[in-house]
Amino acid sequence: MSGNHCIAEAAIRAGCKCYFGYPITPQNELGEYMAANMRKNGGVFLQSESETAAINMVIGAASTGARVMTSSSSPGVSLKQEGLSFLAGFEFPAVIVNMMRGGPGLGNIAPAQGDYFQSTRGGGHGDYRTPVLAPASVQELADLTVKAFELADKYRTPILLLGDGMMGQMKEPVVFPEPITDLPAKPWALKGRGDGPSRYQASLILDGLAMERHNWKLVRKYKEMAEQETLFELYKMDDADFAVVAYGTTARIAKGAINRARKEGLKVGLVRPITLFPFPDKVLQKVAQQVKNFLVFEMSTGQMVEDVRLALENERVVIDFHGRPGGIIPTPIEFSRVIHRYYRRM
Amino acid sequence: MELINKWPEYHKKDVVSHYCPGCGHGIVHRIVAELLEEMDLGKEAYLVCPAGCAVLAYLYLDFDIIESAHGRGTAIATGAKRANPNLFVISYQGDGDLSAIGTAETIHSANRGENISVIFINNAVYGMTGGQMAPTSLIGQSTMTSPAGRNPEVDGYPLHITDVVAQFPGVVYAERVSVSSPAGVKKTKKAIRTAFETQQEGLGYSIVEVLSPCPTNWKMDPVTACKWVDTDMAKEYKPGLLTDKREEKRKEKG
Repeated sequence: MSGNHCIAEAAIRAGCKCYFGYPITPQNELGEYMAANMRKNGGVFLQSESETAAINMVIGAASTGARVMTSSSSPGVSLKQEGLSFLAGFEFPAVIVNMMRGGPGLGNIAPAQGDYFQSTRGGGHGDYRTPVLAPASVQELADLTVKAFELADKYRTPILLLGDGMMGQMKEPVVFPEPITDLPAKPWALKGRGDGPSRYQASLILDGLAMERHNWKLVRKYKEMAEQETLFELYKMDDADFAVVAYGTTARIAKGAINRARKEGLKVGLVRPITLFPFPDKVLQKVAQQVKNFLVFEMSTGQMVEDVRLALENERVVIDFHGRPGGIIPTPIEFSRVIHRYYRRM
Repeated sequence: MELINKWPEYHKKDVVSHYCPGCGHGIVHRIVAELLEEMDLGKEAYLVCPAGCAVLAYLYLDFDIIESAHGRGTAIATGAKRANPNLFVISYQGDGDLSAIGTAETIHSANRGENISVIFINNAVYGMTGGQMAPTSLIGQSTMTSPAGRNPEVDGYPLHITDVVAQFPGVVYAERVSVSSPAGVKKTKKAIRTAFETQQEGLGYSIVEVLSPCPTNWKMDPVTACKWVDTDMAKEYKPGLLTDKREEKRKEKG
């Protein structure tokens, strides 16, 4: 199954009731799968007039307590940032998929990782962050889509599922979870006041002290997520004296490069962040007790490398970077040459 | 003694209004609260309030309310109504919100024939931000951003957005009214009632444009402001029924 179809199927199984989206390459198959399957299962599929409208439809559906998703690719996700900021302010759960492409501007439609900053820093206005899950296989796309809905509900926050054009297009076998029918209660949702008191959901907080309290409340939530929900993979790190750090598609390519380098006797391993925010800094700090040389691979000019530097700012380590932006997909041979170059300098 | 006018159940009591003297919002809020009670819709009501003076509508109205980003009211209303068709969904918007920044959302929610009711307060000016020119400002109208009066050569013409959407097959009911006189208030209540009935029957999109005074930003006293609605505004935006397709929709639906 292709990555884009897989996300859609996993979302339906996770109890996603509404999907709102706007066509953009390279993630169109996701919306098309939703169009074919949502309505016949009693769900909502709606092709919106814009990305901005789609994310605001997400806000409306989320406010009623429904599990809801939208998906897009880089330029479209920029348009969704207004809504992401509101979702964070309202504390509404929702899942937003970004299958990244080359940029800035229209860029191109090839796979890239240039939206790392936008994704992990809270790409809209105001003091918030968006938790980010970065899968590296079709199976993980399915698993993390389900996880994204669970985390969104648990922490009442929008969650970004961050892939790229390659993750969306590639086909791999996948085992789906059984459909989830037992969804968490949402006492805060707007369902009409009924016989109870009326409620309102607002992101306007005019009182400065109250706004400050709200900002710190969000920070506490992110800190709790950092402690409870940080995900990562360590690959061939047991005896490694050199660590590659990469996520998503780049991590897959890095594994191929590491296997080549291992055959040539280099003790190289991989640290793969799966949650990009919260970032697995404690894991890197632990690895830094064993490894003094880090090499960050990205399909960008260097974005995650800043988080690696921040995580290791108090460690005596060397951090190098190799990036291929613009929609260029590096090969394992290229990466293994780069590994050799930095390994020899160690 | 007979009680002929009681406090509406869905309007909060003992609240001090932030609206300026002579503003039309309070009248329309009250009409909405009265109708939800009379039509027994308050328990499932879901109102989207806009970025604009009515952003604080939840301080006064006593049923479930969500706030919208500027202009996105009908997108939020669409999401809520699609997710939960049992909700009675109202999008309450001003002229900057509905006919400038939210034009795309307005046009497309109307064209989809979303089963929602839109209340469009047209006061020909941006109120909350302090009186800037709106798409609905009249030619020659002096505002903070058209100090010499709106000049169509550089500022364009007053936008008749309700007339535009009234042409769409999905727009079942559209009417323009005003709250500048007791007769206008009665007509407004009747029009909003019809809009609510349209949604209740599941017929599709309904919109009521309310010409509403903004004495503060027009720099007029409330009486003069009401007169200005009846003379200048009503000349540009003629009150009356713009479309009523309820009968044909009923036939379509059998």
